[in-house]
Amino acid sequence: MMARVLSALGAGLLFGLGLAVSRMVDPAKVLGFLDITGAWDPSLALVMAGAAGTAMIGYRLALGRGRPLLAEAFQLPTRTEIDARLLAGAVIFGIGWGMAGVCPGPAVTGIAFLQIETLYFVPAMALGLFIARRVA
Amino acid sequence: MENFTPVSALVGGAMIGLAATMLLWLQGRIAGVSGILGGLLPPAAGDAAWRAAFAVGLILGAALYRGAGGPLESLSFSGTGLSIAAAGLLVGFGAGFGSGCTSGHGVCGVARLSKRSIVSVLVFTLAAAVTVFVMRHLLGAG
Repeated sequence: MMARVLSALGAGLLFGLGLAVSRMVDPAKVLGFLDITGAWDPSLALVMAGAAGTAMIGYRLALGRGRPLLAEAFQLPTRTEIDARLLAGAVIFGIGWGMAGVCPGPAVTGIAFLQIETLYFVPAMALGLFIARRVA
Repeated sequence: MENFTPVSALVGGAMIGLAATMLLWLQGRIAGVSGILGGLLPPAAGDAAWRAAFAVGLILGAALYRGAGGPLESLSFSGTGLSIAAAGLLVGFGAGFGSGCTSGHGVCGVARLSKRSIVSVLVFTLAAAVTVFVMRHLLGAG
């Protein structure tokens, strides 16, 4: 139990540090990527490529071990169908992401910057997540 | 492209990928932030502590960056308090309803070459880019 909590804390810390180092915690940086017809900033694409590329190698190694170090089994998503829920969720998420330039990881990580806007965003996001789980 | 920061983007991205690897290797879990947070709403006995610890870790990671004198000193938000809250509501609902966000679908799903995740990333990135275009270039906001 303790090892699981500490390892989750460590993974979260490295994740948050990565979001800060890559500056994806800054909404202006994200909006700079999404504003394709403006002063386009491709940084976010490199963050995603670096993250997914690293995880692709890391996942292969981890999954090759058969089971995780601190748990019984890997818990991977099993659904494969492209359904209306997936698409509608992505569209709604994308509109919100484009409005503020903030998605869940950077929203939580941004708490460390102690800015008032986080106080508007994070509780509203939690409410949205809560409602989605109710209707789902 | 005067704002392009390729080195910090790749380095930070690799750190995110390593963090996702850690979570799978150690706990067998996908590092999807909306999924991890969603599991706390409401929390379930025996399954809440690691989720809360991950969220606290995110904040500590940025706090460490700030403590070490990282060059990013503050966050630049745009919009009013109301529009930021509305965006938060849509982000939370959409990620919950669509089973993932930029981390779960974007990083972990793409790393697994999940068709669902790749479609989700394409759709939400397009929706976000269209939203920014409408707000900035048609409505003249932000």
